[in-house]
Amino acid sequence: MKAAPRTIRIEVLRYRPEQDKEPVVQGFDVPFTDDMSVLQGLQYIKDEFDGTLSFRWSCRMAICGSCGMMINGVPKLSCSTFLRDLYPNTVRVEALAHFPIERDLVIVLDDFITKLHKIKPYIIPKEPRALSQGEYLQTPEQMAQYEQFSACINCMLCYAACPQYGLNSSFIGPAAMALVHRYNLDNRDGGRAERDPYVHSEEGVFNCTAVGYCSEVCPKDVDPANAVNINKTESAKDYFLRFLKPKGAQA
Amino acid sequence: MSASNARRPYKRPMGGWWRKNPYFVEYMVHEGTALFVAAYALLLLAGVFALGRGEAAWNSWLALLRSPPSLLLHGVLLLGFLYHTWTWFNIMPRTLPPILIGGERVKATTITRAGLAAALVASVLVFALAARLAS
Amino acid sequence: MKRSNAPIFWALFGAGGMLSALIGGVLVIITGLAAPTGMGLPGDTLSYAKVLAFTQSWPGKLALFVVISLFLWHAAHRIFHTLHDLGIHAGLVARLLCYGVAAAGTLASIVALLQVA
Repeated sequence: MKAAPRTIRIEVLRYRPEQDKEPVVQGFDVPFTDDMSVLQGLQYIKDEFDGTLSFRWSCRMAICGSCGMMINGVPKLSCSTFLRDLYPNTVRVEALAHFPIERDLVIVLDDFITKLHKIKPYIIPKEPRALSQGEYLQTPEQMAQYEQFSACINCMLCYAACPQYGLNSSFIGPAAMALVHRYNLDNRDGGRAERDPYVHSEEGVFNCTAVGYCSEVCPKDVDPANAVNINKTESAKDYFLRFLKPKGAQA
Repeated sequence: MSASNARRPYKRPMGGWWRKNPYFVEYMVHEGTALFVAAYALLLLAGVFALGRGEAAWNSWLALLRSPPSLLLHGVLLLGFLYHTWTWFNIMPRTLPPILIGGERVKATTITRAGLAAALVASVLVFALAARLAS
Repeated sequence: MKRSNAPIFWALFGAGGMLSALIGGVLVIITGLAAPTGMGLPGDTLSYAKVLAFTQSWPGKLALFVVISLFLWHAAHRIFHTLHDLGIHAGLVARLLCYGVAAAGTLASIVALLQVA
């Protein structure tokens, strides 16, 4: 038997640059069933009330990282947040915090993409390797070193959770650092020296004040705060001990 | 940028950001314990200066320490320090590299408890040392 | 990219934070509550003779120096970041107010401890 749909109030922070001087709240009464996510609520609004409502989404199963938004002030994936858990209260939906709003719930994510490029998030071989040498072998223990940090889906919830990024967007930030850590820990990788200058720089890890909220909101339990803070210790060690290293060693 | 560019990204202000989420309110409160730590260091420093100026200066400093306002102040300082201790070891699991015991990663709550236990042991030792020096 | 000099201040922050988390509370109890009132410690714990003897000894001087200076550097770094959090961004004034006070306090503690000969 199908339960009769209930109605929930969804307030969306709208921003239409061609007509709005600044973002404005618009409310909708949305009928919903128990299986509906906030994303589906937004899709209902777009289909039934206002086709101009803009938001990003793709997979609907918490793996593509496209549909992050502030839901009642908390960064969440809208596809894995269910209306039934928010009812009967009003739901307030807003674009991810700390990023400029392009339009409605769509953010400008150029800054994050630039950072991803800068950290070289791919395996940089320690030495050139011929195809004839075969594949890289990795033990389960070696994989366990970095596996947690490889679960990042680039959803940017952690940036929306990080006040230090909000206050100073030149900060490398949580997800980029989690990926730096992921590649540095990979035994097939030799790219640490190429990534270190950014990590050690004034835009690097020391902008973090260990708020820890990035790790709280991460939908994949990556614990980016851990990646950032381990690298503070590493960066500080390098800062103080770099003069003791043998000449010619990589800084 | 051409005049026909309709893009006009809106940057939201950060003012009062920490009041908007209980998690951030707690963060600001535990950052605020720094004021208590600084105040205590300055009190110790003032005491050393008084000591350096001779017995009379020290005795008036001691009288001040024994006054109800000073005892009240130290009571408040104590609460600040205890909150600092609690929050310092609460965030510690996020700051340490993984610790493996018998191939298993030590849980966050275990790290926090170990830190608090270490604080308790260190405190008992310091108090015992103070008692020995004073006897 | 310019390398950050934050490790110096961060290391002092961490050392002072750990020290104050471990024994800050008990130090407040000893010097501010138990010793002045004689509850839990002898009533003459803070007598001139006893405090002088402690502060004249090199271990005593060292302990006081480490506590005063590290507590100040810990607090300075935290307050510096809190000012930034509140929208008062890293300028000369903020630096002087935080690290300047910590540096002055460190020097003052050396002077004060050496005065107790």
